[in-house]
Amino acid sequence: MANWQRDKEGMGLWEHRGKVAVVGWGQSYIQRRWDGVDLERSCGGTSKESILKAISDAGIGLDEIDGLMTSKETRAEQTWAPRPYFAPPYDTEDGLTYCSGEFIQKELGLKNVKYIESDAPYIGPMLGMAAQAVGDGMAETLVCWYPMVNLSGRYGHNNPANNSNEAKGGNAFTLPWGYQSGAMFNNAIVFQQYCQRYNTSHEALAPFVMNQRRNGLLTPWSYYSLHEPYQLTKEDYLNGRVVEEPLVVYDCDRPVMACAAFIFTTAEKAKKLRQKPVYILNHAQNSVRGRSTMATLDEHQEAVSSLARKMEEGSGVNIKDVDIFNPYDGYATFTQQFLEGFQWHGVGRGEAHDFYADDIRVEGPHPFLSSGGNLGTGRTRSALHSDSIEQLRGTAGPRQVNVKAEIALAGSNTPDACGFVMYSSHQGS
Amino acid sequence: MSMIDGLERPVPVPFDWAKPFWDAANEKKLVVQHCGPCDLNIYPPKEKCNECDTTEPLGWKEVEGKGHIDVYLVIKDSRIKGFRGAQPINFAIITLDEDPGLNFLSNLPGTPAGEVPVGAAVEVIFDESVEVGRQLVPEWRVIG
Ligand SMILES: [Zn+2]
Repeated sequence: MANWQRDKEGMGLWEHRGKVAVVGWGQSYIQRRWDGVDLERSCGGTSKESILKAISDAGIGLDEIDGLMTSKETRAEQTWAPRPYFAPPYDTEDGLTYCSGEFIQKELGLKNVKYIESDAPYIGPMLGMAAQAVGDGMAETLVCWYPMVNLSGRYGHNNPANNSNEAKGGNAFTLPWGYQSGAMFNNAIVFQQYCQRYNTSHEALAPFVMNQRRNGLLTPWSYYSLHEPYQLTKEDYLNGRVVEEPLVVYDCDRPVMACAAFIFTTAEKAKKLRQKPVYILNHAQNSVRGRSTMATLDEHQEAVSSLARKMEEGSGVNIKDVDIFNPYDGYATFTQQFLEGFQWHGVGRGEAHDFYADDIRVEGPHPFLSSGGNLGTGRTRSALHSDSIEQLRGTAGPRQVNVKAEIALAGSNTPDACGFVMYSSHQGS
Repeated sequence: MSMIDGLERPVPVPFDWAKPFWDAANEKKLVVQHCGPCDLNIYPPKEKCNECDTTEPLGWKEVEGKGHIDVYLVIKDSRIKGFRGAQPINFAIITLDEDPGLNFLSNLPGTPAGEVPVGAAVEVIFDESVEVGRQLVPEWRVIG
């Protein structure tokens, strides 16, 4: 599907605004790592589990599914090979380090699939792509799943680029000085620029990170609810193991093994189904290249301001009217860029850390990141969206906000490269 | 021996079109690319200009090699094999005086980890250590 992105300003209202809805979602069991033995909990296993739960949540039959979409950006950071494969269908990487549409089609015996996209980007843009695919008529009832893979070994240490004596290609200008790929370094650098400009410090992230854990513990399926069910204290945070000073381990989301699935369909069909439809009002993406080696605070600030303009333009909704706001928190150091760039609850540049120090609990007037995000639930990247859906349905349980919950905004990953989706309990006029 | 205790830098193996940068480094010169039509300096090197659609190949020009420290981190738990023996080690962002929109990475040899004078002036030097082999690697040190 070419040109599905909404990554430029000036594109106007989204042509499918309110005409596509999410009608089901499912979350697999979440664990820290795959043990390499239990195939039910492999990438293919968690994918199947989440898809079947989503289908059941939507109250539809397997034969109604005519579209499949997934991403191979599972952050496995390594292949299963050279370890031996298993009996079919686990006899290739497919099902172990990613899980293609073809794998699911075959495993679930889906008979009526007419559209398969197995190379969608990571979840932020992918959910926008899924909404666009249904709006464009590629499929009427599409299931979109996003597996995260964490195999044995210290995370990132098995990445071939990090283990090589050579820094190849574009890495020649970063690796020789210790820059590692992924969002950690550049965003920590931008955070340092932020602290210098606004005279604040790493310590100011503590209330935010603690609240993320709290919201994660209010989420029954989360990694922390299941495996480490205790609240993070300020002491814990401030004394956290330093990874790259000032970044501590609690600023980094925990890589996990899990999958979430979402069912998208047309607004007409959604109205006949069991769940209260959650309509899509717009999707928008950023793909901004910084000018030099490291993107800067100025570049990230402008990137999110532009994203906010694109989101308002395509949805026809003023960000002031967004009730539920779930921007990415894969590192605690960049979430404030989203908060300030969208100016959610009027938070302006340099004001995020004061906002964090205020009441951001789900019970309060500013329920920021009611999902708990990645920091609170584990690195699923999907909780941002499943919480948005639950809040709008009114089924978020102990996380249900006390403020109005009619419009939600969620997305990932970083300020310069991300995709966001706006959800609404109303179709819009 | 290495420029910073325990450091085994991964050796740069650049794309062909980025080779002039590394050839210049071997002559202890710092060069950046320059796009004629938009009069823009470019670093790190790119295959073509992002700002315009010129088909002219990007030129190279020598710069003075003076800069300032913008911000820094201290690497304490690197995922990169060659850095684990050098931890803790500085990771600083250097802006180029001739064009502060360009930034370079540095481990600031000679500056103890965590004792980085933010805002200080720096100058380019070249890491000639054994690990880097025949490829010299630009580095930066605090002046004065
Ligand atoms: Zn140009």
